[in-house]
Amino acid sequence: MANILEIESLRLAYRTRGTVAYAMNDVTLHVAEGEAVGLVGESGSGKSTLARATLGLAPRKIATIESGRISIGGTDVTRFDEDQWQAMRGNPVAMVFQDPLSYMNPVMRVGKQIAESVKQHAPGLQPAARVAELLSLVKLPPTAADAYPHELSGGMRQRALLAVALGCGPKLLVADEPTTALDVTTQAEILALIRELRERLGMALLLISHDLGIVASACERIYVMYAGHTVEWGATRDVFQRPAHPYTVGLLKAAQAARNNEGRFATIAGDPPNLSELSTGCPFTPRCPLVREECPKAMPAPGPARNAGAQTLRCWAHQ
Amino acid sequence: MTRAAMDEPILRLEGISKTFRRAGHAPLKAVDNVSLTVGRGEIVALVGESGSGKSTLGRIALGLLAPDSGRVALDGRVLGELKSEELRRARVAMQPIFQDASSSLNPRRSARELMAQALPNAGAATDRRAAELLDRVGLSPGRDYLPRFPHEISGGQRQRLAIARALAMNPRLIIADEPLSGADVSIRGQILNLLLDIKEERGVAYLMITHDISIARHFADRVAVMQRGVIVETGPAAQVLTAPSHPYTQQLVAAVPELAPPESTGTAA
Repeated sequence: MANILEIESLRLAYRTRGTVAYAMNDVTLHVAEGEAVGLVGESGSGKSTLARATLGLAPRKIATIESGRISIGGTDVTRFDEDQWQAMRGNPVAMVFQDPLSYMNPVMRVGKQIAESVKQHAPGLQPAARVAELLSLVKLPPTAADAYPHELSGGMRQRALLAVALGCGPKLLVADEPTTALDVTTQAEILALIRELRERLGMALLLISHDLGIVASACERIYVMYAGHTVEWGATRDVFQRPAHPYTVGLLKAAQAARNNEGRFATIAGDPPNLSELSTGCPFTPRCPLVREECPKAMPAPGPARNAGAQTLRCWAHQ
Repeated sequence: MTRAAMDEPILRLEGISKTFRRAGHAPLKAVDNVSLTVGRGEIVALVGESGSGKSTLGRIALGLLAPDSGRVALDGRVLGELKSEELRRARVAMQPIFQDASSSLNPRRSARELMAQALPNAGAATDRRAAELLDRVGLSPGRDYLPRFPHEISGGQRQRLAIARALAMNPRLIIADEPLSGADVSIRGQILNLLLDIKEERGVAYLMITHDISIARHFADRVAVMQRGVIVETGPAAQVLTAPSHPYTQQLVAAVPELAPPESTGTAA
């Protein structure tokens, strides 16, 4: 199947008065049409910058794509200007965020906001009927159309934002930590809804989260990011059941939150990397238990894992 | 200390109720006749969803909020019955750690100043004591961290600084409200291990308020599950959060997305 999203060796830097941060250093990621892909990483890994870049939302004044390529539905969008991006947003790519309140108009009723997105992408359509249909699709009562965003609970607001996004008829939904602000029972409902919508509408999903359990439950394939690099990717069962990159191994152990024989929790030694330096080597080197001579010098090409599943990773220990 | 005093829990909350009243809104019964104890050196997790009343109960225990009814006893002394000087001294035995260390640490104060505030009687030894405590929480060498400001260190390091400040008071009880929500997975274990080390060295007890079921299950000795202002289930953490008996706890535990442990790791030799 064709890819709806292709990111190839992308490097994106944020520059502000004398400081530079390489939020993405070398990122490769594909999402096929209709596929559910998860992207996991910790803060500073570059996962939210990636989400923004897929909608042309990285702040133009400070963000520069220095190398690499993004294409959406076969169109190279790497050098798109704001007007060109406007034509891509909503359809084919729409996005939902962690905090719906800051992405919805606080003084416009929910129904009207959904209608606006419908009108923009399907001008011929009768918006009222479509709004009712979208509300029922996200399992909100018809009365939600008359509410202002602040009158809804967190979970209902996320449903409303989903309705706005779906109003555009996206082929790819980018969801950046969509349930992080929600309680665990509401989170489970929203994840079930996203799964159902994806199946009904045949839409692809890029789900970005720091919570490995969430992506494991919702995605077919997983990418693991560390310090602006995609370091390991493959089928969810390969990456999570037989992890190969030492960072993924450490992350999964830590995420289990179980104690070891000494009654202590698993950790990854050291601190997250400094993104202001563009190192040529593997950024995990200072924290890695398998470090080798080559590691600080260069990042290896993507390759298969030894003694693991069919995933791909960038690690000298597996070359 | 007498035998009876040894048996007295470090924190005893008895029949605590608190209702919030706002003009134009129905009164909100945030905490409804809740009793809870934390034993000496015990780790108790208070879990629940937002609006369950867990943070309100934590603020009442810390004396940051007065209950409408009920008693808070720290080390056997009822806080409401103490005179201000006694109360001040009693409260030192109980220290808070909050979710967001960047907002609980004054951004205009260096680590040296922040630690000095917590060590008012150390005099000439202040810097040395501060550096020792920073060393203890893994900010080492501590001396190098003294001139730093909160924004100059990472989120995990800020949480360590907040813990060092709490330790400076020699607390018997630390009340931690979502201390890990802002922390990354790889940092979370480091902070939890530090809290466990401190407990073993100093016999500190913890009341940890959290929405994270898996942390509560593995970190705490005992758990209390709150829903709509009431404790619905309490017992050994591993048992309650693995095989819950109350329907609400069952629902809560079932909603956590399961992450199966890896079968193997491809750690190429």
